[in-house]
Amino acid sequence: MPKLTIDGHEVEVDPGLTVLQACELQGIEIPRFCYHERLSIAGNCRMCLVAMKGSPKPIASCAMPVAEGMVIETDTPQVHKMRKGVMEFLLINHPLDCPICDQGGECDLQDQAMAYGFDRSRYHENKRAVEDKYMGPLIKTIMTRCIHCTRCIRFASEVAGVPELGATGRGEHMEITTYLEHAMTSELSGNVIDLCPVGALTSRPYAFVARPWELRKTETIDVMDALGSNIRVDSRGSEVLRVLPRINDDVNEEWISDKTRFACDGLRRQRLDRPYVRRQGRLQPANWDEAFAAIAERVNGTEGSRIAAIVGDLACAESMAALKDLMEALGAPHIDCRQDGAYLEGEPRSSYLFNSTIAGIEAADACLLIGSNPRVEAPVLNARLRKRYLAGGFAVGLIGEPADLSYPYDHVGTTAGDLGRILAGAHPFAERLRGAERPMLVLGMGALVGRDGAAVLAAARRLAEDVGMIDPAKPWNGFNVLHTAAARVGGLDLGLLPGAQGRDVRGILDGAATGAIDVVFLLGADEIDMARLGQAFVIYQGHTGDAGASRADVILPGAAYTEKDALYVNTEGRCQAALRAVHPPGEAREDWAILRALSDVLGKTLPYDSIRELRARMAEDCPWMGAVDSVVAARWGGFGREGPLGDEPLRSTIDNFYLTNPVCRASVTMAECVAARAGLADDRTGTDG
Amino acid sequence: MTGETAGHDRAAPAFTFSAENLKAARDVIAKYPEGRQASAVMPLLDLAQRQNGGWLSPAAIEYIADFLEMPRIRVWEVATFYTMYKLEPVGRHHVQVCTNLPCWLRGSDAILGTCREHLGIRVGETSEDNLFTLSEVECLGACVNAPMMQIGDDYYEDLSPDSVRAILDDLRAGGTPKPGSQIGRRSCEPVEMPDPATGTDGGDGGV
Repeated sequence: MPKLTIDGHEVEVDPGLTVLQACELQGIEIPRFCYHERLSIAGNCRMCLVAMKGSPKPIASCAMPVAEGMVIETDTPQVHKMRKGVMEFLLINHPLDCPICDQGGECDLQDQAMAYGFDRSRYHENKRAVEDKYMGPLIKTIMTRCIHCTRCIRFASEVAGVPELGATGRGEHMEITTYLEHAMTSELSGNVIDLCPVGALTSRPYAFVARPWELRKTETIDVMDALGSNIRVDSRGSEVLRVLPRINDDVNEEWISDKTRFACDGLRRQRLDRPYVRRQGRLQPANWDEAFAAIAERVNGTEGSRIAAIVGDLACAESMAALKDLMEALGAPHIDCRQDGAYLEGEPRSSYLFNSTIAGIEAADACLLIGSNPRVEAPVLNARLRKRYLAGGFAVGLIGEPADLSYPYDHVGTTAGDLGRILAGAHPFAERLRGAERPMLVLGMGALVGRDGAAVLAAARRLAEDVGMIDPAKPWNGFNVLHTAAARVGGLDLGLLPGAQGRDVRGILDGAATGAIDVVFLLGADEIDMARLGQAFVIYQGHTGDAGASRADVILPGAAYTEKDALYVNTEGRCQAALRAVHPPGEAREDWAILRALSDVLGKTLPYDSIRELRARMAEDCPWMGAVDSVVAARWGGFGREGPLGDEPLRSTIDNFYLTNPVCRASVTMAECVAARAGLADDRTGTDG
Repeated sequence: MTGETAGHDRAAPAFTFSAENLKAARDVIAKYPEGRQASAVMPLLDLAQRQNGGWLSPAAIEYIADFLEMPRIRVWEVATFYTMYKLEPVGRHHVQVCTNLPCWLRGSDAILGTCREHLGIRVGETSEDNLFTLSEVECLGACVNAPMMQIGDDYYEDLSPDSVRAILDDLRAGGTPKPGSQIGRRSCEPVEMPDPATGTDGGDGGV
């Protein structure tokens, strides 16, 4: 390991580090704009200059690898003078519009100008002005502020895999733009806002909304997909104003999807802020007592076998546990958390988890995607797959509809039958998997929602066993289920599945349509066919007025994910705790408490009075829910049901990335994204045809 | 926004390489290792510009991008980086007058002024008959024969206002003026050859 001297201290660091990284390890902060630890090195801002003994010129520490015997000075008058010089050059063409700049207060240039800036300008010519560029409905651009660090270009090409940003012109005329100013077609585009060290790229929906020091910051968990991205919710008063990523290298690194970041305006619209009861065919505002009384009137005296419950995609573990206990108390076996009808079993746990873990993708060397389009189902996870692809030696195969995943793949087949052919070894990709050290597969919901879901699950299990994806010795388990719903794994963990003689989602809907089910409880379930609920009495508990609420006979207003302390289990089985950022609006309440209160009215009082007691009860069945933010390897076992594999093409269950749940359907920003994408699609047919 | 650019795209005629240029393009690509075809972007843009009447339309840039399997923005970056790729239509003859220091010292102001007057256009403009576009350019590397200008692929050197007028008139009439020095010296040999008899070296070379 090379030994070098930094500011008079001899240190030994790993070879391959840069001088900047070595300095950071010593706790020495080096100012920088273009350098970012998750992007390639550009070395063009020159802010990280340090002095190196033997070099007549300063060196850019971000781009200089450490070497034996180097003598680095980071804190001499000479170094300060050099950095001041760089800062003066950067500020020559940077507008002095901090008071009207949205980056103000969280701007790298502003902060570093405090340390290295000069209090006046020696530049008396006209400053350069650059026309703003259109980059879509999410990113606001004020390109005069750009300092050409190229972080956004590198992010788009490397992480997002959409090489659409670039620098045109040169020298003073260099400008960052997309080709002919098309909107960026990435589900991760919002991250360039965080990466931009100045106010050139800012959030369009958040423009002129708030200053960072006005905001209350809550570290919590996202529910827009099953990844459980770690987020920070910035709120003021009762409003969530924006969502930013938190760093968690095991889950989302430091990226979040555009839906996670920008759907938060949906939390302010279409909210259910008071109970409603349907009277004479119309939903009328009511109070809690009236709503509970209406439910009690209908439920008391109804046999348990005629009561059913369906759980939606955003439900927290606490509400699901309370719902399950309530249904059990009512003697109702018809309960299902798989509202999309995906075939998943409750046992063993490994049958429905992303067993390799998300970070484990980086250890894999071959991957078969089955009925999944991770780019729309979990864009941040897709970025991890792309990262693995960029590292080299990663073969990806796809069974399902072809899609642009941002990395090349071998299109192995389209139908579940093609999975059978791989199993039989009839496709060369089977050999790739078999020859791999750590092969993995990603089973999407699209593969499990068909009539042959059980058979697909069994075939995937057999494939995993056949090609050596399950190896406890390494240890390695490459059998991965990629969920699309944040609630799903928690629901399966807690056993929100049909009991003995219980009906699944299809059965419940059939039963409601034919009159075999009288009462249906929807816990935030909006993505089912409401028309098939027939004459059933529908109770909808949720936070946003969507399909479920408009069909409901009684609406119980619940809390959204930013409004309650709640546990969510992500697709890899990691239980994470969300914290309340703001209070639920109006009379809305935390969901578990609503169910607890309802149980009281129904005379089936649930045995817990606080969330602590409820969580203790949950941790009895699911110990991992007592150990937040850890992943426990799940035992392998038999699951699935062998059967004929169908010839239907496997399609991702997500038709439109921006419209997957009630919150994003209520979001204006998401609607704008849909329109922008539609506009691009029209454009394509116009020019490419 | 997208509608506007889309309209722009549709208005521009589609671009495809002629059979001849297609072969030339493949020959250029063949110079680079397999899978490194993107290295050929600059010669291919030049081929496209020549075929497209001296400028690169968005259609041509997109064609090259698809041809080389490159993202469009990457080709756009190259095309905007180099001033010799024209992104606006130009006249049949692109008159590029050097105004860098050596040419300026040798009278390029007068040369440029003559061009402006004689063509009736300002720098950056194209004449109404679409014959001439006038540009001011940086050093073209013929300082020894300053002042000079480039028209098409040819250099015209040792210019004077009169010779400039003659060249432009000839071009307008459809002729092909003789490129190179306009005062008859060969290449960049001294204007006055040294006289072996007297040993003088031709003085300071003033024209």
